[in-house]
Amino acid sequence: MLQDTLRRFLRERYDTATRNNILASDTGMSSEIWEQLAELGVIGALFTEEQGGFGGKGFDISVVFEELGRAGVVEPFLDTAVLAGGLVADLGDESQVALVEEIIAGTCQMAFAHGEPTSRYDLNRVQTSAKVDGDDIVLNGHKAVVVNAEAADHIVVSARESGAPGEDAGISLFLVPADTKGLTVQGYALLAGGRAAEVMLDDVRLHASARLGKAGAAFTAIEARVAAASVAQCAETLGAMDTATHLTKDYLLTRKQFGRPIGTFQALAHRMSDLLIEMEQARSAVINAAGHLEADRKTRESNISATKNLMGRAGRLVAEDSIQMHGGIAMTQEYELAHIAKRIVMGDHRFGDTDYHLERFIALSVA
Amino acid sequence: MDLSYSAEEIAFRDEVRTFLAEKLPKDLSDKVSGSDGDDLTKDDMERWHAILNEQGWLVPNWPKKFGGAEWNAVQRHIFEEEAAAANSPRTVPFGFSMLAPVLQKFGSQEQNDYWLPRMLRGDDWWCQGYSEPGAGSDLASLKTTAVKNEAGTHYVVNGQKTWTTLGQHANMIFCLVRTDKDVKQQEGISFLLIDMNTPGIEVRPIILLDGTPEVNEVWFTDVEVPVENLVGKENEGWTYAKYLLTHERTNIAGVGFSQAGLNTVKRLAKSEMSNGKPLIFSPQFAARVAQVEIDLKAMSTTNLRIISKAAAGSAPGVEASMLKVKGTIIRQEINDLARRAAGVYAMPFASEAIEGSNAGLPDPLGAGPVAAKYFNNRKLSIFGGSNEIQREIIAKTTMRG
Repeated sequence: MLQDTLRRFLRERYDTATRNNILASDTGMSSEIWEQLAELGVIGALFTEEQGGFGGKGFDISVVFEELGRAGVVEPFLDTAVLAGGLVADLGDESQVALVEEIIAGTCQMAFAHGEPTSRYDLNRVQTSAKVDGDDIVLNGHKAVVVNAEAADHIVVSARESGAPGEDAGISLFLVPADTKGLTVQGYALLAGGRAAEVMLDDVRLHASARLGKAGAAFTAIEARVAAASVAQCAETLGAMDTATHLTKDYLLTRKQFGRPIGTFQALAHRMSDLLIEMEQARSAVINAAGHLEADRKTRESNISATKNLMGRAGRLVAEDSIQMHGGIAMTQEYELAHIAKRIVMGDHRFGDTDYHLERFIALSVA
Repeated sequence: MDLSYSAEEIAFRDEVRTFLAEKLPKDLSDKVSGSDGDDLTKDDMERWHAILNEQGWLVPNWPKKFGGAEWNAVQRHIFEEEAAAANSPRTVPFGFSMLAPVLQKFGSQEQNDYWLPRMLRGDDWWCQGYSEPGAGSDLASLKTTAVKNEAGTHYVVNGQKTWTTLGQHANMIFCLVRTDKDVKQQEGISFLLIDMNTPGIEVRPIILLDGTPEVNEVWFTDVEVPVENLVGKENEGWTYAKYLLTHERTNIAGVGFSQAGLNTVKRLAKSEMSNGKPLIFSPQFAARVAQVEIDLKAMSTTNLRIISKAAAGSAPGVEASMLKVKGTIIRQEINDLARRAAGVYAMPFASEAIEGSNAGLPDPLGAGPVAAKYFNNRKLSIFGGSNEIQREIIAKTTMRG
């Protein structure tokens, strides 16, 4: 039911011109849209009942994000709710999980500062350090391309308390209020919408109670949350691909050259058929990932890597062929496909790309 | 065939290298390589034109009698490869290599005497008025009309052109217009030179998906064009248009651009760490880089084979279409690899300076706007006759019964 309501709401309220205005704004998001979607229950659907929501499972996440992707919504639901909010809900103590209520109500923005300039897609390559100093903890390091960092009221920061970069053990998470001294946020726009930042941690001093969960033991939770975020991202890409193929089909049936609709040329008709075949593959891949999100670690991660790889390949094909079959019009910012194609392709740059997940799938298969 | 250059050709290549090393301004090559986040400005491009003109190399394709260098196809190829490797700006082709050959072959003495020296001096910036909203791949269906006034002194032009590259800088546009509606499409088209400052012309920028205002729409409302600005004969413009499209295609394969792009991909992949080792040692990524390099090596030889045929006097036909298709596939694959290599740092958009930093982009490896370039270069397989149109040409030419 949420799916229908959400689809209708976005169809009526989130067109290309609306989005382009949001993209041109300083914050890169609309607080009005955020509040309205929170009211519709979009954020609550991303948390379980125990966490204060009414969903939170793989299919709840995929349903919501497929619709957000279909409409090309740029507001950072993934970062605030699935990633950072999810980590707080998974690991937080009583006072920390109080934030989840605010997140669901739409009154709190969050970001997850995990990746670093040299970590690429590896989740355990954390160099940022956390040193205990009496009752305090002091953080130092550089976090790369932290989506939604500027708007965030709280940033969940990963840092290493022991061990070396590349080891799972020793990584902790900390809940850092945005106004903490020593925290610098250098923001910029992203090519496919939204904003991110380089986050610098320069002797950021926190009370030990800012730690989320046990010292040095956050990796398992991070990997599971990134799996949930990957389901969200793949579903979003699927929704965007669905829009791209619909736009392309409509264009092939209406655009005339040489006196006939260009979709009647066999070369294009067959390519369109290939896109539709890949759409079915993509839809099934997202179901596989969402359906195994609650499974054991190996099953879950193997399905995530399989889906990320397939979506990267199918997404690239759909984005590139949709542009090609449209011709120049698809290259213009005013046309819906331009943004949609960027969303599809740039989704491959989050949580590991096609190549990364192919190698990871192989590693998980032989392990 | 002999794959190596002759002693003369090697001497020429060295001369080109020396020239580029001495005369190519660093701020321009930085912009071209993307290490400086900015795009080339009109002034930048005009500055490079002037440097080339002083050397006598601005118009290598023109015959000497018009002030050109009259290089053969191999020399042009050498120059293009070296220029791309040095991250030199391209010369703006609309006047030098599109309009000029048409004028030289079909224009009047007066037109050549007037327009060609102005091009060399940089007095005019030309753009191309071919495509229309309803006439893309099917160019001959164009609808912009030109009707002679009663006095017979002017054509009155009405209609709309689109995808006019760098039209925002131009003061002149060469246009295909319909001068006879009652004959077969191709037989009612004429070739007109139009001053962009004439009343009734409006240029509107089209913002592309990477945020750049590279192309424009040009609207014509009762625009008066002196009849002297007709090139050749009325209603024979399609012949000139085809000549223009097939004449200047030596650099169609873009070998130099691909080579430069591949070098960038390798540089990034050697520095970028993945799973504790440089990305270039990641088997999946390394295999893709190697495959495109293998394809590029072969295409480079195909290119040379076709060039030496052209140098021997035979005009490239279907091979040009083949080179365009393969060349764009390779270039676009390299753009994809560059985007992949940059990892998460492909995501930032270089539209504005980063707060608290002078850098255009936060990427520690200086990859430049690789994702924006990937999207922008989707145009390569669309413009100048889409790859589908090229395949149609190949099929029609080679499978004729």
